[in-house]
Amino acid sequence: MAEILVLAEHSGETVKKVTCELLTLARRFGEPAVAWAGPGAEVARDRLAEFGAAKVYVAAGPEFDEYVVAPKAELLAGLVAAASPAAVLVASTPEGREIAARLAVRTGSGMITDAVDIGEGLVAELSIFGGAIVVHSRVTSGTPIICVRPNAITPEPAPGAAEIVPAGTEVSDAAKGARVTERVVQEGGERPELAEASIVVSGGRGMGNAENFAMIEKLADALGAAVGASRAATDAGWYPHQFQVGQTGKTVSPQLYIAVGISGAIQHRAGMQTSKTIMVVNKDAEAPIFELADFGVVGDLFSVVPQLIDGIQQRSGG
Amino acid sequence: MNIVVCVKQVPDTGSERTLRLADSTVDREGTDALINVLDEYAIEEGLRLAEAHGGEVTIMTMGPARASESIRKALSMGADKAVHIVDDGLAGSDAPATSEAIAAALGRIEFDLVILGSESTDARMGVLAAMLAERLGLPQMSLASEVEVDGQVIRIHRQADYGYDKVEASLPAVVSVVEKINEPRYPSFKGIMAAKKKPVETLSLADLGIDPARVGLAASGTEVVSFAKRPPRQAGTIIKDDGDGGEKAAEFLAAQKFI
Repeated sequence: MAEILVLAEHSGETVKKVTCELLTLARRFGEPAVAWAGPGAEVARDRLAEFGAAKVYVAAGPEFDEYVVAPKAELLAGLVAAASPAAVLVASTPEGREIAARLAVRTGSGMITDAVDIGEGLVAELSIFGGAIVVHSRVTSGTPIICVRPNAITPEPAPGAAEIVPAGTEVSDAAKGARVTERVVQEGGERPELAEASIVVSGGRGMGNAENFAMIEKLADALGAAVGASRAATDAGWYPHQFQVGQTGKTVSPQLYIAVGISGAIQHRAGMQTSKTIMVVNKDAEAPIFELADFGVVGDLFSVVPQLIDGIQQRSGG
Repeated sequence: MNIVVCVKQVPDTGSERTLRLADSTVDREGTDALINVLDEYAIEEGLRLAEAHGGEVTIMTMGPARASESIRKALSMGADKAVHIVDDGLAGSDAPATSEAIAAALGRIEFDLVILGSESTDARMGVLAAMLAERLGLPQMSLASEVEVDGQVIRIHRQADYGYDKVEASLPAVVSVVEKINEPRYPSFKGIMAAKKKPVETLSLADLGIDPARVGLAASGTEVVSFAKRPPRQAGTIIKDDGDGGEKAAEFLAAQKFI
């Protein structure tokens, strides 16, 4: 059975959820083999085995964190040449797409970004133009490289051997052009990452100021959710830019998306309208965001949201 | 310091965008065409760096004849000149082919920096800077929320989920910028008038020495099997808050097993 190469996203020895999602997808088409760049694979092995990894190619050198993108693309290109996988799956995160991009050029392959599913014949499903059009697309040259949107697939366990196979750790000088001199970790550390979160709570123009975002954070924490913001809110400086959801920010498709004080301009909808369930709180009954709502409350968010937080805490015993 | 800023003309994100039935490529006829909004931040950063360090800003675009409108917009913001890669054989090119054509055009000129927007609002792949860095063998300084040039050294803040990385490289380099980096200027009336006289060089596939069999729709490494409008979401339950809206919302979440 042909191998399906999966690039692991991980933070040290912690396997990110999207890696389990990619392994779940990979099992449909062949034998999942993980490419692990950097240290931590020995500890992570059990987790990878739980989701069906047959092999784990490990390149444990520190260069993968010390230089931007190129070393990971080089590792994958080496594995593609050595193992001839039937496809390469990468998380459709900004960095994942860049790794895939360099791999596509190196291997003369076609690539697809932002797939939400992959069907028979490695035909990928994706949404374009802010979710307005659903496209089925496939790679026709080289080794198919498909970037899959985090959270699009439900990870399902299935046992695998996760045999550790050392992969070449020599990173060429050519891949060491952009050197990371410092990693700066900013606020929001306790909450799940926006792209990976199964619940996202976002605030918009209706929040009125930066201080009121504390209420969004409180609602998010009651649900174990990530916090997002509309462009209007980030442009106003009420919430940091990296949390912007929308056409020019992050695209999310969580199980539950709660939009608070967001009118639903196309710019915002483009980033969230493939969410599974959408809840809306807005005082304007005409706001276009209500067109997407599975459940909407027309009312003053400053009375609705605190009551919602109470209701959640009562039910979850918090 | 000589800077090249790559821009793309895209369909207006405010209009209803679709694909063409004939070949499943982006339908550019039925919509207004604008400069990709994320590229305006790249132009602004290029202009600021040239103002601070001296040198010229060259706009580079690949696209049909109509893309000259976007070139004029970029020139009216203050760029000095432009290169327009235009050839019918390029229509329908995928990202690797696009990067091949742009890399070939970059190979004809001397530059210290190439700057791009982080992605285009139509394809939203966010791959071109990485592909150009790969093809040109230059440092990839992408997703920058801050750029600083000091002699032959460039330092950026590379945006990440956890915050950012400080990254350093030697010039020349390929940079992509995120929108938080600056506030793009509006063209002045003087700028608009001056743009009409600025030089625009056009380059064909033959000029670039690229075999037409390597680019265009026929050479694309992907194909669209089918596409369709997303079915509208089923209408949801909308209630008016009569003092118990938050409680009703909590009930909904409980019924859906979110709590």
